[in-house]
Amino acid sequence: MNDNRTLPRTLFLVVYIVFALLPIYWMINMSFKTNEEILSSFTFFPQHFTWDNYKTIFTDASWYSGYINSLIIVAINMTISICVALPAAYAFSRYSFLGDKHLFFWLLTNRMTPPAVFLLPFFQLYTTLGLMDTHIAVALAHLVFNVPLAVWILEGFMSGVPREIDETAYIDGYSFPRFFLTIFLPLIKAGVGVAAFFCFMFSWVELLLARTLTSVDAKPIVATMTRTVSAAGMDWATLAAAGVLTIVPGAIVIWFVRHYIAKGFAMGRV
Amino acid sequence: MELTLEGISKKVGAQPWLYAMNLAPKRDAVTVLLGATQAGKTSLMRIMAGLDTPTQGSVKVDGKDVTGMPVRERNVAMVYQQFINYPSLRVADNIASPLKLRGEKNIDQRVRALASRLHIETLLDRYPAELSGGQQQRVALARALAKGAPLMLLDEPLVNLDYKLREELREELTQLFAAGDSTVIYATTEPGEALLLGGYTAVMDAGELLQYGPTAEVFHAPQSLRVARAFSDPPMNLLGAAAVTLGVQLNSGPALAISLPPETAKNLTANLTVGVRASALRLQARDGDVALPGVVELAEISGSDTFVHLTTGVGEVVAQLTGVHYFGLGAPLTLHLSPAQVYVFDAQGALLVAPKRPGGP
Repeated sequence: MNDNRTLPRTLFLVVYIVFALLPIYWMINMSFKTNEEILSSFTFFPQHFTWDNYKTIFTDASWYSGYINSLIIVAINMTISICVALPAAYAFSRYSFLGDKHLFFWLLTNRMTPPAVFLLPFFQLYTTLGLMDTHIAVALAHLVFNVPLAVWILEGFMSGVPREIDETAYIDGYSFPRFFLTIFLPLIKAGVGVAAFFCFMFSWVELLLARTLTSVDAKPIVATMTRTVSAAGMDWATLAAAGVLTIVPGAIVIWFVRHYIAKGFAMGRV
Repeated sequence: MELTLEGISKKVGAQPWLYAMNLAPKRDAVTVLLGATQAGKTSLMRIMAGLDTPTQGSVKVDGKDVTGMPVRERNVAMVYQQFINYPSLRVADNIASPLKLRGEKNIDQRVRALASRLHIETLLDRYPAELSGGQQQRVALARALAKGAPLMLLDEPLVNLDYKLREELREELTQLFAAGDSTVIYATTEPGEALLLGGYTAVMDAGELLQYGPTAEVFHAPQSLRVARAFSDPPMNLLGAAAVTLGVQLNSGPALAISLPPETAKNLTANLTVGVRASALRLQARDGDVALPGVVELAEISGSDTFVHLTTGVGEVVAQLTGVHYFGLGAPLTLHLSPAQVYVFDAQGALLVAPKRPGGP
């Protein structure tokens, strides 16, 4: 009974994992090959194993600056998103005011709009203000999508904290800022982690706004990767190496917040 | 601290939660707010604490109006029904937090002293989540006591604890309050708890304050049927009756020789209600007792008492008998009742006759 059910299950899992990981494997595979090998033959392992592609990325400023720009954009965006979303989420969670539910829903609808819709107004506005090709421009543009999501996630976590804790703190004599920082924030740190992770994820992979609003100085890695066709043709191997390096930060972040995300799922937010 | 509530009422939306009431809890004594759930105990307490503002009326502390004053600026302590502690702080820091905020000295020493009074001195290094419910509530109590506030509010602090722990903590609380340097307001749904804590009792029902006075007085002379009902566990037996010469006649039952107020006696008023506490019914007859024959419907044994539900000629009756008794269902049983131990209420529910209590007026 046990045996004849384990086999199909195992088989299904193996097939699923192979399908899921094949593209990633292929990219890693390509990143260690030379362009000649990629274009000439079909091989499952690099025949002429090389680190040259990675060397190119870490030495060529046009490549590695893409990562730095991306990290700066993501950091600015995450910081602003969380700082703005924390008070907003607290208000939505603790107070009832005129139109609070509608406002909350309206915030979420922003998240549902395709980025392309905001492309033109952002482009026009930033050109006028001289913000084009700056890190802050992309970070601000991404706030439209990240703040609603962060508010939504944090509101869920905050509502899980009994209101009586707030009241007890006031009775004990805590001032609001002190209560918020020393008592309340530690209770929802999982939520802050999850919200920051989702901000990171969106901002790190978002291409359309990032590419349109930057040209040279603030160009993030995803935009760099779309512009690799040179006179010498497509640089497949370097592109693959860049792809691998782009996955790495996301994988590291996911590793750290995976328990928190599970908690977020359990609360119905995320 | 002298707390005075003047004409306090609270409406949420169009719905009244508290009807206008005046209450001046006795200074530096325990006042029990007694009432069923939804009676408005918590709403009233939140107004006293300053967590909510009343729709109308004013809250005065030592004669000063503090109605709109935020809770932070008032000197109160509060313990909730749920075990509320700061989950991110250790027990010691939890207890110390009100002291730290006021920058007091000897914090460590005072925390230790409080902890040993509440028997949690071995738990000071733990986090609240690592404690049992009873221990968590002790921490909350210790934090409230640490503040040394002149007004201490306890909202059903023992209701979420198991029976044994409740007994134990209740006794300790009585001792803690006996020190008597702060006004304590204690909300509970249990009449027994009010009697145990003594002090003063304010009986509430459906958002109304019905009666306030020394606990024993309220218990022995409830002003109305509603107070008697709220302040009686098991519920008081209420039997329909009419005034006759020299007493009252239970509807389709025996007559009780009671001296009624002259007005009622003269008019031979009908529609009276006779209230009999479950503990006033006995198996053995004494001199002057009236017999109530009936049939056993149910007999529950609780602790060392037996609660017998009986169908009698005058209606359903519950008797609390001392000791463990076994009665078969449908068995005939005669209970005895002394006319001197009954309450009589008029048609409007106001008290006409209360039993004399030993040593009382």
